[in-house]
Amino acid sequence: MKAFFGFTLGLALCLGLTAFAGESPLHILMIIFKSAFGTTYDLGLTLFYATSLVFTGLSVCLAFHAGLFNIGAEGQLTVATLAAAATGLLFPNCPGVIAPLLACVAALAAGGIWGAIPGWLKAYRGSHEVVVTMMMNFIASGVTSYFVLNTFRSLDSQNPETKLIPTQFMFRDFDFVKLAFADSPANITLVIAILVAIGIWFLLRKTVFGFELKMTGKNEMASELSGISSKKIKVWAMALSGALAGMVALNEVMGSSGKFRMGFSADYGFVGIAVALLARNNPIGILLSAFLFAVLQKGAADLDMETQNITRDFAKVLQAVIIFSVVAVQYFDFKKFRSKFFSRSISSKKDREKI
Amino acid sequence: MKALNTLQKGHLRFFCALILLSQIVQAENFRVGLVLDKGGKDDKSFNSAAYLGATKAQKELGIDLKYVEASDTNAIENLHRSFAKKDFNLIIGIGFAQVDAVKKIAEQFPTKNFAIVDGEINAKNVKSLLFEEQEGSYLVGALAAMKSPSGKIGFIGGMDIPLIRRFAVGYEAGIKKIKLDAKLTTNFIGVSSEAWNNPAKAKELALSQYNSGVEVIFVAAGASGSGIFDAAEEKKKLAIGVDSNQNWIKPGFILTSMLKRVDIAVYDTIKEARDGHFAAGTNRFGLKSKGIDYAVDQYNEKLISAEQKSQLEKLKEQIISGKIVVPDYYKQNSKPTK
Repeated sequence: MKAFFGFTLGLALCLGLTAFAGESPLHILMIIFKSAFGTTYDLGLTLFYATSLVFTGLSVCLAFHAGLFNIGAEGQLTVATLAAAATGLLFPNCPGVIAPLLACVAALAAGGIWGAIPGWLKAYRGSHEVVVTMMMNFIASGVTSYFVLNTFRSLDSQNPETKLIPTQFMFRDFDFVKLAFADSPANITLVIAILVAIGIWFLLRKTVFGFELKMTGKNEMASELSGISSKKIKVWAMALSGALAGMVALNEVMGSSGKFRMGFSADYGFVGIAVALLARNNPIGILLSAFLFAVLQKGAADLDMETQNITRDFAKVLQAVIIFSVVAVQYFDFKKFRSKFFSRSISSKKDREKI
Repeated sequence: MKALNTLQKGHLRFFCALILLSQIVQAENFRVGLVLDKGGKDDKSFNSAAYLGATKAQKELGIDLKYVEASDTNAIENLHRSFAKKDFNLIIGIGFAQVDAVKKIAEQFPTKNFAIVDGEINAKNVKSLLFEEQEGSYLVGALAAMKSPSGKIGFIGGMDIPLIRRFAVGYEAGIKKIKLDAKLTTNFIGVSSEAWNNPAKAKELALSQYNSGVEVIFVAAGASGSGIFDAAEEKKKLAIGVDSNQNWIKPGFILTSMLKRVDIAVYDTIKEARDGHFAAGTNRFGLKSKGIDYAVDQYNEKLISAEQKSQLEKLKEQIISGKIVVPDYYKQNSKPTK
């Protein structure tokens, strides 16, 4: 609820800003709405962005529940995407049915390993996961660019990208989402994303592992004392988190482009943090907040297109303002505010804590 | 079958309406959509040149211009599609990264005209604008060699791609023409599109080159170039700009700029299209057509002596007449010129 209030506040601030830039706020709102829902292509592209953001949002959310701050989703998804494309190029004769599965497994494994390394370092060596995951991002971009340029490079293009993977690796044959959104990159991964979000909700709420994970996140000492091996849990949580980020590969490689393109990610890993924050780490809420951020991402291009004064950079400012207000409102203590301004009697701190 | 027929009729009517509409609009005003690369219109280099050409057309030809900058890879196709759906008469994509998007959209909107810079697309409604970068690089390479007594010369490229290698190969040939024993140090800023917009790293590379004794650096790196110009000023050495005339950025430290007249190419394309002479196909711009050149103006004329200038002009004539054949990276590596 708070998050929703924050979002509305942010949006209001943004519209105020656009008024300063000489655009009618109502017009801006209309453009954003049209940009998301205007045609099936528009909706498709928005859903495509949303799909990737659901995965990175879930990735960040799962790590948060284990008390870890994974800002390495960007690196994890980069490695996973390359792994998926590489699988396709290395096994061109793989039979049709298991081919996409094989690529998925490769992507999940690559993302998982990339997440597990900082998890292990955190649990057993005490290195802070924020620093390590951030460094792993750089390693990921370096390693993947090496492979793209030297091993799998497509010679038909100036762009740094791999060759196309064989068609049996793509989801095309049984992809009804793709048919519904002609020309847009949206694909069946959208359905997978929704299922995974429900799965993570189930995992956190209804399973022993989920309980242990959350307990580790809330109080490591207490969980150790009650017999939970919180170190192992941390490694697993980070591995799972990495694998979730790695699922972006399904959307990008098997679902749409069929190749690894360097710089394909519209900062999915970092926007994922905002997605998780907006949803207050609720896996189901992430579905909604990912869609909202996808609308903003898609809207950025269309605002540039439809207005005179709102450029690509201005659209980024709007996104940032919204993220800021969401976070600010979350830390805003409403009770304190109320007692300060709306009640005469100044209650002592103790009283307030009792409430 | 009947449903199919009505559908086709519907389409036909729709297209007729579209054509009529586009003609009405044409009578009113010619509308041009310009899709810039991620570097943006203020990179003072490649995209700036395109933007300059388009704004010149806007002023002189009275066309309607709308420009947008791509925010991420998937947005490029989205932008082209939005332009195509509206009543824009000509849509211009700037940079090789847009080849796939333009190809796809041009196919789906056969009634619209497209142009692409730095990429080649064979379609009835696409004009490809290509440049012979190696020819200009050869000339500035020769000039660099003349200005460098020690023969230590540097090259800093943006992204390590065939297009930029093409600059480097031509540059080296130009250097070797003047000084056979010259030593060329080549660095690339990066391997992803970030490389076009990373002045900090560009400056580090330039400083390390200057510190190792390099006297002139040629930079082909879009918006990253500003870092190299800073380094040149700091070390009191020389740099060579690219694409736009960049001599003004640090007067006295920029020896010259290799001009890649994207502005002329864009302007001419718009003009032709407005006058109804849009012609699909591939246009190559080189020294001969003045699409490629080197810049001499009030900011750098003191750096180049009359003798050096006449020597350069001689080389230029020889390239135009075909006496000197500048090595072309594309042909050397028989990679498709896409």
